Amino acid sequence: MIYREAGDYKTSYVADAQTFPIKLDRIGYYVILAIAFLVIPFIITDYLANAIFVPLLIYSIAAIGLNILTGYCGQVSLGTGGFMAVGAYACYKLMTSFPEISIVIHILLAGGVTAGVGVLFGLPSLRIKGFYLAVATLAAQFFLVWLFNKVPWFYNYSASGMINSPERTVLGVAVTGPATTPWATYMICLFFVVILALVARNLTRGSLGRQWMAIRDMDIAAEIIGVNPLRAKLSAFAVSSFFIGVSGALFFSVYLGAVEVGEAFGIQKSFLVLFMIIIGGLGSVFGSFAGAAFLVVLPVVLKLIGSDWLGWPTDLVAHIQLIIVGALIMGFLIFEPHGLAQLWRLTKEKLRLWPFPH
Amino acid sequence: MKKLMTLATVAMVSAAPAMAELVFPSLSYRTGPYAANGIPFADGYQDYFTLVNQRDGGIGGEMVKVVECETGYNTEKGVECYESTKGQGALVYQPLSTGITYQLIPKASADGIPVHSMGYGRTSAKNGEVFKWIFNYPANYWDGASIAIKHVLDQEGGDLSGKKIALVYHNSAYGKEPIRTLEELSKKHGYDFLPIAVDHPGQEQKSQWLQIRRERPDYVLMWGWGVMNQVAIQEAANIRYPMDKFIGVWWSGSENDVLPVGDGANGYKALNMHAPGADFPVYEDLKTHVYDAGLAAGAGDQAGTVLYNRGLYAAMLAVEAAKKAQELAGTSAINPGQMRDGMEALTLDAAKMAELGIPGFGPEFSVSCQNHGGNGFGIVQQWDGGKWNQITDYIQSDMDVIQPLIDEDSSAFASENGITAGC
Repeated sequence: MIYREAGDYKTSYVADAQTFPIKLDRIGYYVILAIAFLVIPFIITDYLANAIFVPLLIYSIAAIGLNILTGYCGQVSLGTGGFMAVGAYACYKLMTSFPEISIVIHILLAGGVTAGVGVLFGLPSLRIKGFYLAVATLAAQFFLVWLFNKVPWFYNYSASGMINSPERTVLGVAVTGPATTPWATYMICLFFVVILALVARNLTRGSLGRQWMAIRDMDIAAEIIGVNPLRAKLSAFAVSSFFIGVSGALFFSVYLGAVEVGEAFGIQKSFLVLFMIIIGGLGSVFGSFAGAAFLVVLPVVLKLIGSDWLGWPTDLVAHIQLIIVGALIMGFLIFEPHGLAQLWRLTKEKLRLWPFPH
Repeated sequence: MKKLMTLATVAMVSAAPAMAELVFPSLSYRTGPYAANGIPFADGYQDYFTLVNQRDGGIGGEMVKVVECETGYNTEKGVECYESTKGQGALVYQPLSTGITYQLIPKASADGIPVHSMGYGRTSAKNGEVFKWIFNYPANYWDGASIAIKHVLDQEGGDLSGKKIALVYHNSAYGKEPIRTLEELSKKHGYDFLPIAVDHPGQEQKSQWLQIRRERPDYVLMWGWGVMNQVAIQEAANIRYPMDKFIGVWWSGSENDVLPVGDGANGYKALNMHAPGADFPVYEDLKTHVYDAGLAAGAGDQAGTVLYNRGLYAAMLAVEAAKKAQELAGTSAINPGQMRDGMEALTLDAAKMAELGIPGFGPEFSVSCQNHGGNGFGIVQQWDGGKWNQITDYIQSDMDVIQPLIDEDSSAFASENGITAGC
């Protein structure tokens, strides 16, 4: 009754092929965009931006990227942290070498550089699958972190090895550096998220996405019916690494402002993004958002409840947070392995029939 | 749904009215691989403020509120803690993490809240003309490197040519800081410098110490933190490296680092920016007002340890700066800008230290607009199996070598960020 499809006839091919065919979905999507663009920038504070919204948007992009690789194409990758580092360092080198060019272009170019690196580290996927590919991408993770630590050219020979993001403006408003306002950092991340999410959704709905899913489901059968596995797998690595590189560039330049590679882009980051897509749902753009929201907001909520409301000691709250996140990951894997996206899909299915049971 | 709930809770929490008290946030880490060293510092920091509240009724009549926030030595959590506490009237930040300090340097400068990175953080913050909001008195890492080399010179009778000195360092901004200075000093004194990196968190050091066993350096310096310290000292004991030739920086010289190794750690040396031990009158006050009253922070078992003393010292310096700030501002309810002025006008001499109950505890220094980093004094202490003993007087670092490095690094920062240096 709520998700009423009766009477909703499509009269053009464009309308038939749209992303949200059900009217309520479309309305919901526009409402969310309206709130995101027209309401939140006016009520956002420093804390909300830096603790919740900006990391949420940045991790959503990374989660979409990893979801394309692991969820849609079935190539397990533990190299997300390393690829985010590539994006961050590429962005840094571009920012410091070409200070007049807009940061938006630098971020996109950083994504491009990461796509190249991703293709390079994706070559083993043509020979090995599953768990063994995960180990090969783990090598990428450790190698890239070692590389950025070892070669001083990447951090412009600074004594400490940390990279700092200088101030850059977009349309006259500072988006990087310490003098930014919370709404500016939020808006630039939102801008990238909306565009990249649209790109991801349409890529996965199109023929390239179908090739990826064919490789994921049964790669030998896919090869037999004419899907080129080299092109499909490497394009998955390329697109996925582009997204992750953009996410890493934003992470460094807009969110943190200064990073050191061992601490910010370690193996923890790879696991975090992997948990996001597992909890959110593999093979779903909405799942990437849901998983990112879960893993970014949950620690903050637990900290607010534990430390500020209940007044428990801070180490107890931090330890309980680890326990709860771990228990939730295990719970999701056991009870709902397809993640939050599946829960949402089921809800929509039930709403289509409500109040009638069948 | 969760987002809406969070928005509601956060709005409620941040809408709390500002109380008339002085807020000192404690960005501590009681979890994670660095917890063994983070816990005593956080306990000492909190206990001193409790003492000031209980014994003196606050600073200038204003009660002190310590807001503790768990960072786990992680940069993102450090940023989140900073953002959540800065609105409560935080007067000074002491993140006890070089990584988080680097994060906070531009943010705190833009928000107008001073950062005191006591003996850590960005070394060139000593130059107060560029880093107006950042302080690192009484000494910094380059001072530490120079003090260690001076002690080694002392041991070798003033001549180091041909000797080999290795540095086992934490592979992060913290550990890399002394490398430049040690390279300059190696040119000056003629020793061979061998840097050996240990990746975070530092539990795997077998290959590094096998390399040391092969290379046989005459001295090993260590820039470690957290679990890396304990593992390094254990590995050094395993390869039977002579402990009196193994010198750690002031962050690698606490009881938690040497106790797990047992007798094998006897003779290990470390730098310190203040005196070790619990033999000070302030401990009697702490016993009366804090421990016996059941108000000790944490488990209450770290009193008297090196890092607990350092936490007390950090809190003491903050309290004295706050008193100075109240004096300069003419009001007791100071804001962060006035706190910064107080910190810049701070002087600590022997008489003041005796008055505070810590006679002879630390070096004398005064902060000025040009010099936010003290005079570069430190001691060397040695572990004898039961306690740390101070084995040298205060050694001053080699400012001829260090000052040009500070000028170079701070002017690079100023030009990168468009800061006009000046007082």
